[in-house]
Amino acid sequence: MSAAAPAGVRVGVDLVDVGDVADAVGWFGDRYVTRIYTDHEIACCRRPGGDGPDGPGATFAMESLAARFAAKEAVLKVLRPVDHQPPWRSIELHRMTGGWCEIRLSGQAAARAAEEGIDGFAVSLTHESALAAAVVVAWSAPNEEDEG
Amino acid sequence: MTADDTIREVLADHGRLAVPVESLSDDTDLFGAGMTSHASVNVMLALEDAFDFEFSEKMLKKSTFETIASIRTAVDQMQAG
Repeated sequence: MSAAAPAGVRVGVDLVDVGDVADAVGWFGDRYVTRIYTDHEIACCRRPGGDGPDGPGATFAMESLAARFAAKEAVLKVLRPVDHQPPWRSIELHRMTGGWCEIRLSGQAAARAAEEGIDGFAVSLTHESALAAAVVVAWSAPNEEDEG
Repeated sequence: MTADDTIREVLADHGRLAVPVESLSDDTDLFGAGMTSHASVNVMLALEDAFDFEFSEKMLKKSTFETIASIRTAVDQMQAG
């Protein structure tokens, strides 16, 4: 039998300078955005330009991008990758209809969560004009063999 | 300009280091010297611009960007194809 992680709770937190994200968008443009964020995240953070979401002058809500980056880093802290780091795009902050976000993993991040025996996540994002932060809580269900 | 010079220039421009890049040895822990996770993304993208390649996914891990020496190793591997 494989050694599953013990039942319990893990917490990850990260803080990101919104100005750093704005600089990255300015320096590297779409290369930065598409390397880090999923299509859903990009759509959620895009500020429309003159002719709609992709129109002239379209840009991003930098504080929202920064909060999502913080959440991805917080998830990585929870996943505790040993060597290879799951791609940032394999960790998605999925905005629900009600406005809150959920963590959705795919590919290597999902595989790492399974290795660690993690069953679920909760996330909270916050930002001011200069700083964005995220807290991620992950939990694993009790292993039946561990129960008294 | 040597590859090491380019790496140090990229770190000075994008690494958000708390100390001058000239003060770093090849084995100094860059995260310990103030580089944030987000800054390491900027360093990665700036290195790609400077050396005209794209890091492979297997290299996208914290240890790749931990020291000047580890960055140099990754750059060498990418340039060797």
